[in-house]
Amino acid sequence: MSEHRRIAVVVNGTPYEAEVETRKYLAEFLREDLSLVGTHIGCEHGVCGTCTVLMNGVSVRSCLVLAVQANGAEVMTVEGLATDGQMHPLQEAFREKQGLQCGYCTPGMLVRAYELLEENPEPTAEWVREGLANNLCRCTGYQYIVEAVLAAAERLRGSSVAEGQPFEPATSSRTNQEA
Amino acid sequence: MVETREESAERKWVGKSIQRIEDPRLLLGRGGYIDDMRLPGMLHAALVRSPHAHARIKSVNVEAARRLPGVTAVVTGEEAAELCNPMPDFGPDPTRHEWRCLAKDKVRYVGEGVAAVVAESRAVAEDACDLVEVEYEPLPPVVDPEAAMEPDSPLVHDALGSNIAYEKTMVFGEVDRDFEGADVVVSDHLRWHRSSGQPLETVGAIGNFDPGSGMMTIHVNSLTFTSYLFMVANTLKVPSNRLDIHPHPAGGSFGSKFWAVKVAIIAGMLAKHTGRPVKFIEDRVDNISNSDHHGSDRTYQVELAATRGGILKSLRVKVVDDYGAYIQFGVGHHGNALAQAVGPYRIGSLQYELHAVLTNKCQQGAYRGFGSEVQNWVLERMVDLMARELEMDPVELRRKNFIQPDQFPYFIPNGNLYDSGNYEGVLDKALELSDYESWREEQRRLREEEGRYVGIGICTAQERSVFSATEFWFWFDEPAAPVTSMPESVTLDVDAMGNITATLYSCAFWGNSPETMVAQLVAEEFDVEPSQVNVVYSGTNQGLPATGPGGSRFTVMIAGAVQGASKKIKDKAFKIAEHLLEAAPGDLEWSEGGVAVKGSPDRRKELSEIAMAAHLFKHSLPDEIESGLEADQVYDHPYTTMPSEDRKNLGVFYPFVGHACHIPVVEVDIETGKVSFLRYTAVHDAGTVVNPRSLNGHIIGGIAQGLGTALLEEFVYDESGQLLTSSYQDYLIPSALDVPEVVVGHHETPSPYTVHGIKGAGEGGRMMAPAAISSAIDDALRPLGVRVRELPATPERILGWIEAAQAQSSS
Ligand code: FES
Ligand code: FES
Repeated sequence: MSEHRRIAVVVNGTPYEAEVETRKYLAEFLREDLSLVGTHIGCEHGVCGTCTVLMNGVSVRSCLVLAVQANGAEVMTVEGLATDGQMHPLQEAFREKQGLQCGYCTPGMLVRAYELLEENPEPTAEWVREGLANNLCRCTGYQYIVEAVLAAAERLRGSSVAEGQPFEPATSSRTNQEA
Repeated sequence: MVETREESAERKWVGKSIQRIEDPRLLLGRGGYIDDMRLPGMLHAALVRSPHAHARIKSVNVEAARRLPGVTAVVTGEEAAELCNPMPDFGPDPTRHEWRCLAKDKVRYVGEGVAAVVAESRAVAEDACDLVEVEYEPLPPVVDPEAAMEPDSPLVHDALGSNIAYEKTMVFGEVDRDFEGADVVVSDHLRWHRSSGQPLETVGAIGNFDPGSGMMTIHVNSLTFTSYLFMVANTLKVPSNRLDIHPHPAGGSFGSKFWAVKVAIIAGMLAKHTGRPVKFIEDRVDNISNSDHHGSDRTYQVELAATRGGILKSLRVKVVDDYGAYIQFGVGHHGNALAQAVGPYRIGSLQYELHAVLTNKCQQGAYRGFGSEVQNWVLERMVDLMARELEMDPVELRRKNFIQPDQFPYFIPNGNLYDSGNYEGVLDKALELSDYESWREEQRRLREEEGRYVGIGICTAQERSVFSATEFWFWFDEPAAPVTSMPESVTLDVDAMGNITATLYSCAFWGNSPETMVAQLVAEEFDVEPSQVNVVYSGTNQGLPATGPGGSRFTVMIAGAVQGASKKIKDKAFKIAEHLLEAAPGDLEWSEGGVAVKGSPDRRKELSEIAMAAHLFKHSLPDEIESGLEADQVYDHPYTTMPSEDRKNLGVFYPFVGHACHIPVVEVDIETGKVSFLRYTAVHDAGTVVNPRSLNGHIIGGIAQGLGTALLEEFVYDESGQLLTSSYQDYLIPSALDVPEVVVGHHETPSPYTVHGIKGAGEGGRMMAPAAISSAIDDALRPLGVRVRELPATPERILGWIEAAQAQSSS
């Protein structure tokens, strides 16, 4: 019952070749074969968006795409966002705005938000909400995620080269206090 | 009771929205969730689940499954009953109600596990599940809880002899007299359907048994109530000191990972059976249909009595709660309801009649609010109904009945205590933030000029926090175990460099911010930067007692533990500093992260210098000082009193009581039944706030869940007990387009009994939103004579209510 095929994919800029079961999903391939466990699985039904990755620049639900379908493709996962020890502005903004709580939906959200900002660098809050509507988050109620995406957009517009800050394991810098 | 309030406490870190310590690893995709972990030689498990609501298991044939290449083992329910004792539960008499990790003899709900397969991969395990042949003899399903109570109903548990697991009527105060003396009594029939936390990460565990040492190690994303884990050891047939459970960060819980031990027990059992590490991660269908934690499923008959002038006098509640097939926590959900049964109002007497019924559905567990959110909804429905009956403004009726600031601490009729509050302060802030008056104008205009159905809702309700153990057993006249402890612990360890490690002992991270909170609290105690504090989680085998988050208890309890441990360390640091600075005991003070001589701030020792001396120079110090600079603190519930023998007084069991006022503005499309939000305002009083941004996140997220409860989410079982909503295609979780922007405000009334005056606040959003949204829908549809009496108010239901109201008014 288990048929195998050889595939070649580029993930986060690194080329991989692997022998995979034809029925294996891309999400499992990323997590199990490549140990890229940042891509999470929420429903395995294509509904929640937790497993979102980019394939050739377009978001897909990696729980529905077979690994063999990714043959020859370029895939980007959450692990591809930070470069040289610097968080992507989206990651920084999610941190500043507390656009996450349990963090489980976060990789899918970040990847989808990345795609949204590639498409439209000057989004409105409504546009962002609509764009994120197929990625479920059970923790945040979305408000701070939307704020984070808008803040990241602004930062990305400010610098044509995405400039990140080095991430520290723990910092005590303060965000705007609301009370 | 000792009051701990420091009136003008100046705080440096508590109250600041510092960025979360947890976030960088989560943002980088390195969260360390349970499914990210792999052990060498690890196998994977999947479950064969029952397609029947109620059936006898006649035979299970596993031959074909065992022969499938890659399959290591198949364990049937009957074999599991050999490998394991029954599951721990706090329900009725264990000889008459037995819950097992896999069903034995008969299945009691659709989705219940009947066999487990262990294989080289999850995919092979699932293939093998399809090859397991189970022969069932279907039995008549018990689905409707009211019918289940009839004496001739088929039985979910034959040994119990009835489907009524528990029933009791409790009367507090002069209920009959108050009703007889009342001018107005309103009554209603209300229905709250079943939903659940549904975090995006399911429950998972990796079992690992070492036959050499007899040690059972289980990695989990659910670890609470460590004092009760001996019961899990008993189920797994290992000595309690040979069980070590390691917590992993959880991708959300909302109650569903609060004491979720079935998955851990299955993984442990299979690891012991196969001699290899076994991972068992629920898939979404497991998590929906076979979880330990469906939410409340209740039918109410309620009466509220008042004077003509609008003084609320008494409340009578009769509730039938459909617990599903097993009853693991007794009826603690109703203890939660009782903790704040009369809401923020001076209602003088209360009758609470409970019927806890078993049916062929998945069992209930915990969902954000633990049953108190339903009571909030019921009471607020009744107060709105009373306002309508009296033709009073719903805001004014509430204001008139609030417990006043000078009445705290306030004992409600059943004996629980509300520690503090300022309900009018919260209300006024909410009215202001929501632009209440101008929305009333706008509502009139939209109704008159545009024929639109816009409604403004209000909910003023309580958020009890920090339970004590008595609520688990005060229901029973002769409780089997009248336990009283509900501790939380921390270890603080200052290393030789003066860096601090805080060790936590429960699965504290599931989306809340325990590391951030603890870092802030420790930083506050030592006057250091939060970044100097590293927070780690201990396994249970070398662990201290802990209960974990739940019932909005964690921040309050860990703050107590941190303060206690800090004091022990600082006491020792002072002793060392006395020696190093050659100063007298009374001459020293804690200052800027070190110890200084009062009045001469230059004569000081940094924490790092003191720590270095403590770790490395024992023999230069006075004899009685031992090496090292660390302390444990087990912090017990700060305010518990015992229930009276006759249960006319339940004692103090849930005393740190926050409050909130939510004011949503909605529009109902009467053609489609769709509810949309024009504005949403939420003002909370959670006492002293530790990290405002984090708390706001929880409030908004809780509102999103409450909105799901109010409008979308329902586990639907048909008459045959089939679950019609077993995926996210049918069970609808609110999306970014469903949830409105929320304006959040705070009004801080510090608790006099907790460290820093903190009250728990993790559940508040969901505890208010269903009541507030129901109120807004009522208000919008008032011209049509519609009231919300059932949740979720789905578009179909709303259209049905409109139709029924129109039929009634035209007949
Ligand atoms: S896991 Fe892929 S959409 Fe839910
Ligand atoms: S942060 Fe928990 S699901 Fe989004």
